[in-house]
Parts: sequence; C-alpha cells; structure tokens
Amino acid sequence: MSASLSLTKITSQKGMSIADAAKRTADLGWTPSYVQEAMTFPTDYKIKKAPRDPMKQVLRSYFPMQEEKDNRVYGALDAALRGDMFRNVEPRWVEWMKLFLSIIPFPEISAARSMAMVARLAPGEELRTGFTMQMVDEFRHSTIQMNLKKWYMENYIDPSGFDITEAAFGKCYATTIGRQFAEGFVTGDAITSANIYLTVVAETGFTNTLFVAMPSEAARNGDYALPTVFLSVQSDESRHIGNGHSMLMSIINDPDNHQLIERDLKYAFWQNHAIIDAAVGTIVEYGTTNRDKNKESYAELWHRWIYEDYYRTYMLPLEKYGIKIHHDDVNAAWDRIVKKNYVHKTAQFFSVGWPVAFWRQEAMTERDFEWFEHKYPGWYAEFGNYWKWYAKLSQPGEQNILFNQEVGYVYPHRCWSCLVPCLIREDIKTDTVDGKLYTYCSEVCRWTHKTAFAAEYEGRPTPAMGRFSGRREWEDCYHGWDLADALVDLGFVRSDGKTLVPQPHLHFDDSKMWTLDHVRGNTLGSPLRTLREMTPEAREASLATYRAGFTITSPN
Amino acid sequence: MSLTQEPIADAKPEPKSGAAGAAKFAGSESRKYNYFDPKGRRATHYEDMTVDVQPDPARYLLQDWIINFADGTPTYSQSWTQAKSSNWHLFRAVDQEWERTHYQRQSTIVGMIANVTENGRRSGAVKRFDRAWVKVLQDHLGAYKHAEFGLGMATMQAQRYGYTQMINNAILTNSSYKLRFAQDLTLYLGEIGLDLDKFDQDAGKAHWLDDPLWQGVRRLIETIGGSTDYLEQYFAVNVVFEPLVGELFRSGFVMQVAASQNDFMTPAVVSAAEGDYERNLANTIELYRILVNDEHHAEVNRVLFEGWVNKYGTLATEAAYQLQPIWSQPRVKIAPFVDALEQSHDRLRAIGAEIGIDVSSVVPTR
Ligand SMILES: [Fe+2]
Ligand SMILES: [Fe+2]
Ligand SMILES: [Zn+2]
Repeated sequence: MSASLSLTKITSQKGMSIADAAKRTADLGWTPSYVQEAMTFPTDYKIKKAPRDPMKQVLRSYFPMQEEKDNRVYGALDAALRGDMFRNVEPRWVEWMKLFLSIIPFPEISAARSMAMVARLAPGEELRTGFTMQMVDEFRHSTIQMNLKKWYMENYIDPSGFDITEAAFGKCYATTIGRQFAEGFVTGDAITSANIYLTVVAETGFTNTLFVAMPSEAARNGDYALPTVFLSVQSDESRHIGNGHSMLMSIINDPDNHQLIERDLKYAFWQNHAIIDAAVGTIVEYGTTNRDKNKESYAELWHRWIYEDYYRTYMLPLEKYGIKIHHDDVNAAWDRIVKKNYVHKTAQFFSVGWPVAFWRQEAMTERDFEWFEHKYPGWYAEFGNYWKWYAKLSQPGEQNILFNQEVGYVYPHRCWSCLVPCLIREDIKTDTVDGKLYTYCSEVCRWTHKTAFAAEYEGRPTPAMGRFSGRREWEDCYHGWDLADALVDLGFVRSDGKTLVPQPHLHFDDSKMWTLDHVRGNTLGSPLRTLREMTPEAREASLATYRAGFTITSPN
Repeated sequence: MSLTQEPIADAKPEPKSGAAGAAKFAGSESRKYNYFDPKGRRATHYEDMTVDVQPDPARYLLQDWIINFADGTPTYSQSWTQAKSSNWHLFRAVDQEWERTHYQRQSTIVGMIANVTENGRRSGAVKRFDRAWVKVLQDHLGAYKHAEFGLGMATMQAQRYGYTQMINNAILTNSSYKLRFAQDLTLYLGEIGLDLDKFDQDAGKAHWLDDPLWQGVRRLIETIGGSTDYLEQYFAVNVVFEPLVGELFRSGFVMQVAASQNDFMTPAVVSAAEGDYERNLANTIELYRILVNDEHHAEVNRVLFEGWVNKYGTLATEAAYQLQPIWSQPRVKIAPFVDALEQSHDRLRAIGAEIGIDVSSVVPTR
C-alpha cells in the first residue's frame, strides 16, 4: 500500500462544515409565544438586527480548544516551579501582584454575569451563541486568575496579602477603583454597561495594556507565570471584541441611538483611561526593576495601543456612521499621561497610602530615577525629593509621609466618578448633585456623575441609566479613626497580631518591619467631609490652594 | 540624617531568593486563603477559586455597592428572589467545579460524542436504524433539543442574579451544560442525517413550534424563561422540568427504546445529559436543602418552594401527558409510557424528600 495514503484519508467521512454547524446551532432559538422572556435588564437603546454576525463557532470545538489552552497554562506553571522561578523573581514585582490579582477576578466574573444582559438583547441567534461562549470564557478567566494567585501565595517568600485577598479587595483604598470598573459592567443600562463600557471600550481598547503590557513586564522581572496565564486569557478577547462589535452594529444604524452612543463612549473611554492607566501604569512603571532604556515606557505603549490601534483604527471609523467621536478627550487623556504625570502621581499617591495597602511598596532608587528621567524628562525635579523622603521614612518608627508635616505632600481629594483621587491638582472640579457637593479629578469625570448618570440626558429621558451610590469616598469610611485601629479593622495585620501586612520596603526581617505600635496616634480623615463643612469662602480658598499644588521639601 | 537606610544592628542577612521559605518572619507561613470558613476541615481548591470573589456588604464590602440601577437596586440584591436566607454564603457546589474541571469534563463529553458518531457512522449503523425510529429522532429528538436550549438560556439569565459567587457559578455551569447538550443533539442529528436518504433537519423545530405534542413542553420552557426570580428558574429547571419531562423523555423513552430500533448511538449521546443532570441536581438539592433548613426562614422557603412545585409541576404534568403518543410511534414498543411516568414521579418524590419539601400537589404520596 502506498505510504502516502494516511489513516485519516482512509477513514475520513463527510461531516458538517463549521459554517453549517454554526447555522444549525443558531437555529435553536425561537420567538416565544406563550410567555415572553422577562425583560429584566433595562436599556434606553433601540436594537435592530446586526448587518453581520460575529465569528462562527460551536461548543464542540470550543471546549477542546479551551482545554488545550488550559493544559498549556498548567504545564507552564509546573515547569516554572521545576525551574525554580521564585529563586530569581523580583519581589518588588510580585508584591504588586497582591493588588492586581485581588482586583481582576471580580471584573472577569462580572463580565460573565453581564453576558446574560446582552444575550437577552441580542438581535440574532449567532450573536446570542457568541455571548454564551463568552460567559464561559469569563468564568474561565476569573477562576484561572484565582488559581494563579493561590500559586503565588504558596510559592513566594511573603504570602501575607495574598492570604487575605478577597477580603482586602472589598476594603482597600486602592481596590475601590477596580470595583468601580467591575460594577460598571453589570449595573445600569444594559447596553451602556455590558456592551459599550465592557466590550467596546474595556475589552477592545484597554485589554492590551492589561493583558499584554503587564505580562511583558512580568517576564522582565523573572515572573513567567503571569504571562502564561494572561496571554491565554487575552487569546479569548478577539471573540469578545467581535461579539461587542456586532452588538454595536445593531444599534449604530438607528440615529435615535447616536446621542446615547456618544454619551457612553465618552464616559467609558474616560473612565477606562482614568482607572486602567492609574493601576496598570503604576504597576508596569513602578513595580519593575527592569530599567532598560530601550524598552517602551507606559506612555509609549499607550500611544501605540490606545492612540494608534484603538482610537485611530476602531473609534475613528465609527464617524462614518454619524457618531461624534470625542477627539478632545483622547488628547486630554494623552496629555494627562505625558504632560501631567498622571501615572507618576498615582504611584506617588499609592505609596503615600502604603500603611493602608496590603502589599509592600519599595522606594524608588537612583537606578529608577535615571530611567524615569530618561523616559519622562523633568521627572526628577518633580518626584526625586519625594522618593528620597520615602526611602528615608521607610524605617519603622519614622513618621510616615501621610502625617509627616516636614515632607510637604498634601493628601488629595477623591474623584467621585473614577474613584482615583484628584491628583492633577490644577484640574480638580467640584459640583453639586441633589444638593450635595462633590469633587472630581477632571471635567469629564464631573460630567459623568452630573450629566451622564442621570434620569435625563440632554433633554431626553434615560430611565435605564444607573446611578453612583454607596460610600464612594474611601476616606470617609475611616474618618476620625486612629490609623492603627483602621488597620485592625481592615485586617491588614499579619498572623502575629501586630506586624503590618504592608511595608514600605522589601526587608523580609521582623526587626525591620512596621507594627501597629509604629503607626498608632495618627488620625485618618475625609477631605470631602472637611470641604463640605467649610463656608463657601473658605472652600474657595481651600480649592485655590489645592489647585496651586504642593512642594516637596528637600530631605537633606 | 543620611538618606541611605542605616543598617540595623543584629539584622539577619537579606535573603537572595524570592522563594517560599527563604526567610522566616511574621506572616511568612500564612499560605492559605484565610477569609472564609471552609465547609469541611480544609478548604477545597474549588472553594479557594470561588468563595467571596463576588463581594457582599455584609462581609468585606466596606464601601457598599457603588453603582445602583435607576430604581435604587444595587449591583447585587437579595430581593432578586423571594427565597430568604440567613446566610447566602453557606452554599458550596457539590460538583466543585471551577474552570479547569469544567473544561476537562465538557471536552471529554464532546470527544465521547464525536467518537460515537464517527465510529457509528463509519460502521454504517445509521443506515440500519429502523425507518419509523428515524422519523421519531427527526421530529421529536429534533424538537426536544429546543427545550434544552431554552433552559440553557434561562440559566444564563439566572446566573446574573445570585447573591454569591458559589450560587452564580453553579448556575453558570448548569447553563453551559444545557447549551452544550442542545448543540450536541443538533450536530448529532445533522450528521446522522448525512447518512440517510430522507432526513428533514428543519422538522424538529417545526414540531417544537406547532406540533400539539410539544406545546405543553414549550409552554413550560417559556414560563421558566419568563420568570424574574432566578432561584425560581433554577428550581423549575432541576427540581421540576428534569424529572417530569427531561428524564422522562431522555431515559424513559429515548435511552430505553433506541436499542430495539437498531440504534445504539443515540443512547450514548443522550446519556451525557443524564450525567450532566446528576451533577446539576446534586448542586440544586444542596442549595434548596440549606434554604429549607434555614434557622429563620425555613417555613417561608418551604411554602415558597412547594408553590413552585405546584406551579411548574402542573405545567410539567400536562406537558408529559401531551408527549404520551410519542411512546407508540416506534415500530418495536418496549417501554410503556405509564412505567416511565411512574419512574419520573418516583424521582420527583425522592428529590422532594432530599430537599425536605412536599411534592404531593403534583405526585400523590405513595
Ligand atoms: Fe475576561
Ligand atoms: Fe473578555
Ligand atoms: Zn475621575
């Protein structure tokens, strides 16, 4: 018998084509006639059939494909342990994973939940099927990330902070921005949240910085596990982006929807920028020890992925449908990153708050200074003294920066919209909503709260739109508390009952670690409460001083 | 004061490694998630992957939910079911699924079905199916796949509403199983159809939409899809639909009858759904048993669930009787409808007993 006759050739039989299979499975749905599906997810959008359906796929090829991806991930984690990855990993990096991995599983599972909302509204069965697969994908992402986190906890030198992860996520001053992100996927108008905010902006625009920039930096710090998991997660995103785009196409041809699309793109772009760039920017630039001047800075990455790839090739083409794209917001976000030091100010804020964190934050050193100055000229003049102070005050018993009158740092107001503080001081805005005064980091964040998240938009009723709620200013939760008592309440104390989970250094040595006694005697307070209590004149004066900024003194 | 840190006297040398055990200090041995009480003595991997990922203001959500729906309902609300609980966080899925186990199991099933279909077709088995049986598969298994799909969509909807991650993930995997099985049937019928001269792929949907035999089932499925109470949906699927209609048709008809019609393939395909159901049922019983034994709300919940048994049981019973003529359609008749029905009633009684609710409004006590 000829050797070229393979076994599969002999045994192959005619099967269904993938297109035929997808067509058949898409015919499983029907229009109910006895009882209508409950329309439990409100939207103010009108939805029509999309001109084109998303990628065709059926579950019988989907499950084995995903299992194969999983096998590669778990194989790589085993290999990393066999290769003694943790002997060479940079603790500066892994510490930040305590923050990042505490946040990300909840947004992921929220994305799974949100698929229920868009599936109910999907105008075609193939698109509906696409959403069902995305639901299972997001369940995959959430639990695979919980697994990675557990794996760090078991194998990294300092597990404290990983061990309290979900409790810390609910309480921390920094994770609050991640909760804003995740709740944004599932609450309020179903299209605003589950389509525009989640898919059209977060997944299509910002997952590259999350799931590609972060893994590259991980690898530079000796962490091969994070890239394995997150590149596997990212490989599912192209299907999600396709789903979201189909849904967008089903609303974009109706001019009645344009006002809402423009509102939601504006809100979603700005808030994704404010949240993702704060968190990922800080982790990538300040959580690394790699100071290779040839690698791209976060600003450079942003320009490539957000500006070139997303803004120019995804957002701009929407103009041909008659959608007004807010070019000025994209430019303003870019300015915040390159001219107004948004990322650096966030990193500074995180480090000021180190005692109420649940990971360690190490001081930047001369090596870091040089790289920052090279990538961001002028950095040293603005931040050099600050980081010198931080190093100096990292020894237990020093008066930490939060309360240290000598340093000159002024604790910031919170932005009521994105929940990142108002770090670009000159841009702070205030407004009143329902008779109460609020602070915002920027004009778009002010507009988001006051104009977008309201019952009416430019004269048009928007009954489905969500509302900001809860105790959004974190600082308010501990107003008047002693720092030590707050730390006990937060649960950020190690198993000996006195040593803090957070430390302003990477010394794995009890004699250098801060305890409750080192921080007791300092009272936390809410800047917003204080501002509200002022007379109008005093408030104006206070805001004027705030806008003028602060000067860090020389630590010498 | 100098800028560099003063070496502290007696400080140990700094470890050169970032690996566990490289240094001993406060908290260096805290290598377990410590923010929840495991159900057993030690937390299972499933619990570690699942518990508390969806937060709760009553546990660690310091700032409360920070976005509301327009009517003031928060991101997650206990009001999304009429059932009440003193502690929603008690429930753990009995099948302990997280992503890895889920994909492994789903992938094994689609592999098994692909093998059965391929090998069966290769051996010419499909052509030997009894002629009358082929029509039963075409019309009725073809109609039934839509019921499975409808439940997949209903549970997909329900997984948005649960008050904990454990509840929502159990409902999510249930949805994934239902959607897979609906597709399994669709593709299986599509492929055996390739080997048959006359096989109408659209007949199943036509019967689903218009055949009087299927209208009771369709009404039941649409009623489940129309419910706005996620625990009512999950209950109606696994406590009522599955024993009274799902298993009745799958086990009480297809799996028992097929072999006598020269069909050994279809039972293998359908058996996957029975395996899925065993797991979904175990999760369901566990959840409702907890609620029926709640220290404060046991009675309210029991009455509520018995009302659901009655509401959906009435529809399901009607649906089951409407299906009865299908039992006489195969040429070789071996399984009488009444026997299958009696078995399905026994099954409901057993489920009711395990949860701790009275199901006699639908199936009289023996
Ligand atoms: Fe995801
Ligand atoms: Fe996604
Ligand atoms: Zn803001």
